[in-house]
Amino acid sequence: MKLPHRRFDCLVIGAGGGGLRAALQLAQADLHVAVVTKVFPTRSHTVAAQGGMNAALGNVTPDNWHWHMYDTVKGSDYLGDQDAIEYMCRAASRQVIELEHYGVPFTRLEDGHIYQRAFGGQSQNFGGDQASRTCAAADRTGHAILHALYQQNIRAKTHFFDEYFAVDLIRNEEGAALGAVVIEIETGEVMVIEAKTTLLATGGAGRIFRTSTNAMINTGDGMAMALRAGIPLEDMEFVQFHPTGIAGKGMLISEGVRGEGGYLVNGDGERFMERYAPHAKDLASRDVVSRAIAIEVREGRGCGENKDHVLLKVDHLGPDVIKKRLPAIREMAIRFGGVDPIESPIPVYPTAHYTMGGIPTNRYGQVVAPVGHGAEEEVVGLYAAGECACVSVHGANRLGGNSLLDIVVFGRAAGNHIIAYLKENRYHRPLANESVDMAVARLSKWERRGDGESVSAMLAELQLTMEEYCGVFRSQEVLDEGVSKVLALGERLDEARLSDHSKVFNTAFMEALELENLIDVATATVVSAAARTESRGAHSRLDYPDRNDAEWMRHSLYCKTDHQLDYKPVRTKPLTVDTFPPKKRVY
Amino acid sequence: MKLKIYRYNPDTDKKPYMEDFEIDPGLDSGSGMLLDVLIALKAQDDSLSFRRSCGEGVCGSDAMNINGRNGLACTTPIIGLPEPVVLRPLPGRPVIRDLIVDLTQFYNQYRAVKPWLINHDPVPEIERLQSPEEREELDGLYECILCACCSTACPSFWWHPDRFMGPAALLQAYRFLADSRDQASGKRLDALEDPYRLFRCHTIMNCTDVCPKSLNPARAIARIKHRMIKRAG
Repeated sequence: MKLPHRRFDCLVIGAGGGGLRAALQLAQADLHVAVVTKVFPTRSHTVAAQGGMNAALGNVTPDNWHWHMYDTVKGSDYLGDQDAIEYMCRAASRQVIELEHYGVPFTRLEDGHIYQRAFGGQSQNFGGDQASRTCAAADRTGHAILHALYQQNIRAKTHFFDEYFAVDLIRNEEGAALGAVVIEIETGEVMVIEAKTTLLATGGAGRIFRTSTNAMINTGDGMAMALRAGIPLEDMEFVQFHPTGIAGKGMLISEGVRGEGGYLVNGDGERFMERYAPHAKDLASRDVVSRAIAIEVREGRGCGENKDHVLLKVDHLGPDVIKKRLPAIREMAIRFGGVDPIESPIPVYPTAHYTMGGIPTNRYGQVVAPVGHGAEEEVVGLYAAGECACVSVHGANRLGGNSLLDIVVFGRAAGNHIIAYLKENRYHRPLANESVDMAVARLSKWERRGDGESVSAMLAELQLTMEEYCGVFRSQEVLDEGVSKVLALGERLDEARLSDHSKVFNTAFMEALELENLIDVATATVVSAAARTESRGAHSRLDYPDRNDAEWMRHSLYCKTDHQLDYKPVRTKPLTVDTFPPKKRVY
Repeated sequence: MKLKIYRYNPDTDKKPYMEDFEIDPGLDSGSGMLLDVLIALKAQDDSLSFRRSCGEGVCGSDAMNINGRNGLACTTPIIGLPEPVVLRPLPGRPVIRDLIVDLTQFYNQYRAVKPWLINHDPVPEIERLQSPEEREELDGLYECILCACCSTACPSFWWHPDRFMGPAALLQAYRFLADSRDQASGKRLDALEDPYRLFRCHTIMNCTDVCPKSLNPARAIARIKHRMIKRAG
């Protein structure tokens, strides 16, 4: 079959903040850049980020990037790579200011500077007083940033393939990335996009869980594409459960609510975080607060008829602060929680939120994998940035406000490295036809007809399995059962059938491809979790309650082939400053 | 719960038709949204087609015409919806399939207003300062999610989607006119000074009436007109 071909200098897959920041850098350098996105760019999940973006501007409290770095390393439970963390924290202030110049409508202080709010895990002077480091546009910071980045890309004339679904990477025998096979969703037409460089910026995979703050599009497509192309995924056992999703629903209630002075209470009306984190209280880092809520509920101190959640109290802030600083949160609580936070507390419970793990990269955004001799060899022409990547700046637990920072800093860094790479690599490599044929064959599997399992039922089963067997608290027995259940689901994929075989805007087909991706990513997650016999950050084992630095201060690498695990050391040496050695983590 | 849903697949259907559906929305229907029902229906009939993503009213994917009124399925509570609930694609745009419309023209008009900050001064090493009062001017403007509920509810846009910018694009135009950091007001007004682009708005107010984010495009349009008159002296 002869497929239509398009050729670009760079192919960016995904149009969230990471993809758009990279695309902007490339378009401004007069390169031909194509952005492939399965939804119109401003519908990408960056749009839902609420609280803000960390940078040590020091507009509200004294601050510097080194304190930010300390908080990030500590927040990561010492699994983050300190070279990448130093790079990110140093770059943060300039990146926020650049976004402001792009037009992001940040909230302002009386003196006209950008407003910064307190967020979890932030301190002054290496663990001292609470810092206010999170730059905010009310509680719609992600929306403001995503729209501004899209607008800048229109100005820079970036080429967009809106509503195209990326199916698989194309790699040649030497392993170089040559672009991707994509489908135009509206027509069902398969197309090859050849590119000298390819950047994966497809976001997270929160949809492997039933209750999630994530959008339905967050199906780990880029991560699964990497796995199928023979690239491992790093640290997939680390999934962040956000402490405050609306109970039973999952919609996100920003940490900014606690940053503005909101706090959690249990069924006895007790402000219980004082017991778990005497110093930081409700602004301890997310893994700590989520576990505290889960323990309160498990020990019978939950709220409501079924004692299955806790309450987030906000009303004492007064209507003015709530309306000015948290308008979208108020709207969300009224709509989905059935309460107006001006009057009553919001029922909340920990909810799957963020994938700390992902496609292994270095701090230039280059994908690195143990392809030959070393653990971190660059994959030629392939880049990843944002939530789908693992640099790793978040380690075992991401700090609130560091994800918007991550996408902007590393989207830009990847863009810059691509520009340099293209100066040395001016021509397209010959296309690898077998790689294209394999992707097309995978697609045509879904043309099979007749009776079979339904995609939506299998998805529901996967999400429930992950929630029950790979949740906030984990143990060997439960995880092992989870592994076998998820593997069995993977085997059953061959039995799944679509009844809709139309070419035109076939959303059922897209959901089937997403299910394949979700199963691959869920498998990586549960297999990696079952192997890590310690508790660190968001990975909390009842049977191994302590962190074990001697054996486990290392990154997991999961390979799709035989579900093998490999490990590599944490990069503990920063770029210029001294290492922050692991310490007991108290807030 | 009874629904009547617009169906059309150009692959197989000669013309569009309305299909009846009936579904038990489940025990927690008290807090359920219309999007939950659509997802449950799609689990039964995977050919039913609609866009959706965030499920909480911030991405703007699932705009549709619900009982004659444009809105987002994910923020429309099913409780209190008169039955049968009649679902149609957004009006006035070419239908691709079922509830999915072609929004190319809508996006073209958005791009046409140059929706990005224009400032010719040398780039400062810090943020461009803006007082809280100046920043407040942007409230009610920057929050637009480009769902297209407003423009596709506007009769002027139905008639002239190529020449009238439509309320969503004009709201964006005003978002930059109102920004104290933007220096292209004159050019922005020049570009709208035309019998169609701006002045085809006849203050019908459907835009403001349907906006799922409670924004007020009609007021933004009035303010652009006001600035134009003021400029003319």
